[in-house]
Amino acid sequence: MKHFALLAAALLALAGPALSQTVLSQTAGWGPGADDAAFSRMLASSFKGKGVATIDRLTQDETQAFCSNPVLAASPAAAAQRQRIEAANMATVKWPSDGQWLGDWKQGEALAQSGRGNTWSDKADTPNGGNCYNCHQISPTEISYGTIGPSLTQYGALRGQGEETLKAAWAKIVNAKASNACSNMPRAGHMGILGETQIKHLMALLFDPKSPVNAQPGPTK
Amino acid sequence: MDRASVGIMAFLAVSAAAVTVAYAQKDAAQDSIEAYREALQDGNPAELYEASGEELWKTPAGPKAASLERCDLGLGPGVVKGAYAQLPRHFADTDRVQDLESRLLTCMQTLQGKDPKPYIEASFTAPPKEEMNALAAYISGQSKDAPIAVTLAHPKEQAMYELGKRMFNYQGGPYDFACATCHGQEGTRIRLQELPYIPSAKGAAAGWSSWPAYRVSAGQMWSMQWRLNDCFRQQRFPEPVYTSDATIALSMYMAATANGATMKTPGIKR
Ligand code: HEC
Ligand code: HEC
Repeated sequence: MKHFALLAAALLALAGPALSQTVLSQTAGWGPGADDAAFSRMLASSFKGKGVATIDRLTQDETQAFCSNPVLAASPAAAAQRQRIEAANMATVKWPSDGQWLGDWKQGEALAQSGRGNTWSDKADTPNGGNCYNCHQISPTEISYGTIGPSLTQYGALRGQGEETLKAAWAKIVNAKASNACSNMPRAGHMGILGETQIKHLMALLFDPKSPVNAQPGPTK
Repeated sequence: MDRASVGIMAFLAVSAAAVTVAYAQKDAAQDSIEAYREALQDGNPAELYEASGEELWKTPAGPKAASLERCDLGLGPGVVKGAYAQLPRHFADTDRVQDLESRLLTCMQTLQGKDPKPYIEASFTAPPKEEMNALAAYISGQSKDAPIAVTLAHPKEQAMYELGKRMFNYQGGPYDFACATCHGQEGTRIRLQELPYIPSAKGAAAGWSSWPAYRVSAGQMWSMQWRLNDCFRQQRFPEPVYTSDATIALSMYMAATANGATMKTPGIKR
């Protein structure tokens, strides 16, 4: 959560006047009743911290505030802002400290399966999962997969292991907003959900030729 | 195809494909298919909750030893039929936009003299909330087959709708999630659970018109407040206060978007 704190410093606090002005002036579409003061009051009176899900989670960083107005965020007028947000997120991405990109695909599969962590019913010491299967098809043997993200089946087999390819996937997992300001994918590394070792395991799941993700598709026996 | 048969189809799909999945998962999937089939054969178990909700509605209780039968749910004191299909709405006596559950708390306080606090603070499986869930089952059942008719005639209703729309898109927390992350695209799912695209009339109707619902996998009757609470949990947000404005605003946004669709309450879900 280090980076989060850092970004948060430059941010638009929950009831901050900065947010009121920027967001409201750009969002006439929200209607007069959803003026910022009313919205801030509503947030402040509607939630209570519970377990690990503390109330400060309602305080947005710049990326979250920008992406909370989807119409504006996707508009041509906001192109420069999108680029700036992507660059700020990209600047937080650290490459693997020992130059090794790939860990153990089996541990990667376990992480991809797990949706645990960070809800108010999780313990502080619950190991976080990656939530990947909630949104992606990954290994062809897992039929219970979500479709919010694209299929990652055959990921390495189709793309190879060139430096640029590895970097793009690494950056996507560490900070999904580095290449797509308002991606629906969480920033797993940036937000401290997964550490470097775990991200390597997930990279192996996607790229290791032995990973079922890259198994030769063919008639099943 | 109605929602129940869509649900059965989904479970059949799971069972057909489950051969390839790990055993533990397969067993769990098959167990819930069995439970779901059984529940449908016996009718919707929500009926039992409707019956106990009706009893709660009619039985004198609280310091004033009064029933809720004079409660005004928007169509006048004591009118239950069709009331749920027109909520949330603005109430002149409280000058608030209220959903069913917040309105029930108002009536429990004014008519019965009960303190709403234990109802607000209890967990969803504790006795005070069991009362709320049963009352929600009963009252929503009295709007089954009624068209959803939520107007934004009052300025506070309009304001609540706008706040709800904004809440729906408000990202936060360690995963950057908003309601829109999971319910903002057409035709997506999480694992095998289909996600309604709530900003569309059809998606809002799918979500709004089928809750409160009996959840077969949990064996529980869930009100809309409970449904929203669990989505906020998955969103990794802090916990919404029961009947808080954020929850009412979201309900207003969904109900108004679903306007004209037919209520199917109480529903039955996996
Ligand atoms: C809540 C949804 C969600 C979750 C959880 C999620 N993703 Fe994604 N992912 C997406 C979406 C949406 C995209 C496409 C948009 C984009 O690239 O930003 C994507 C894109 C990707 C890509 C780039 C695909 C390409 O075309 O090259 C990779 C790699 C990826 N995800 C891996 C993962 C891994 C590994 C995890 C688990 C740690 C994960 N995702 C978790 C939604 C998700
Ligand atoms: C991380 C994912 C996620 C987020 C965020 C989320 N939901 Fe959900 N929602 C789900 C899933 C999964 C289901 C289906 C649950 C099931 O089948 O048991 C669901 C179901 C629902 C339903 C019932 C739909 C139906 O057809 O029965 C409604 C209504 C709903 N969500 C509203 C919301 C609202 C409003 C928010 C924001 C406060 C929200 N959700 C946030 C994942 C999410």
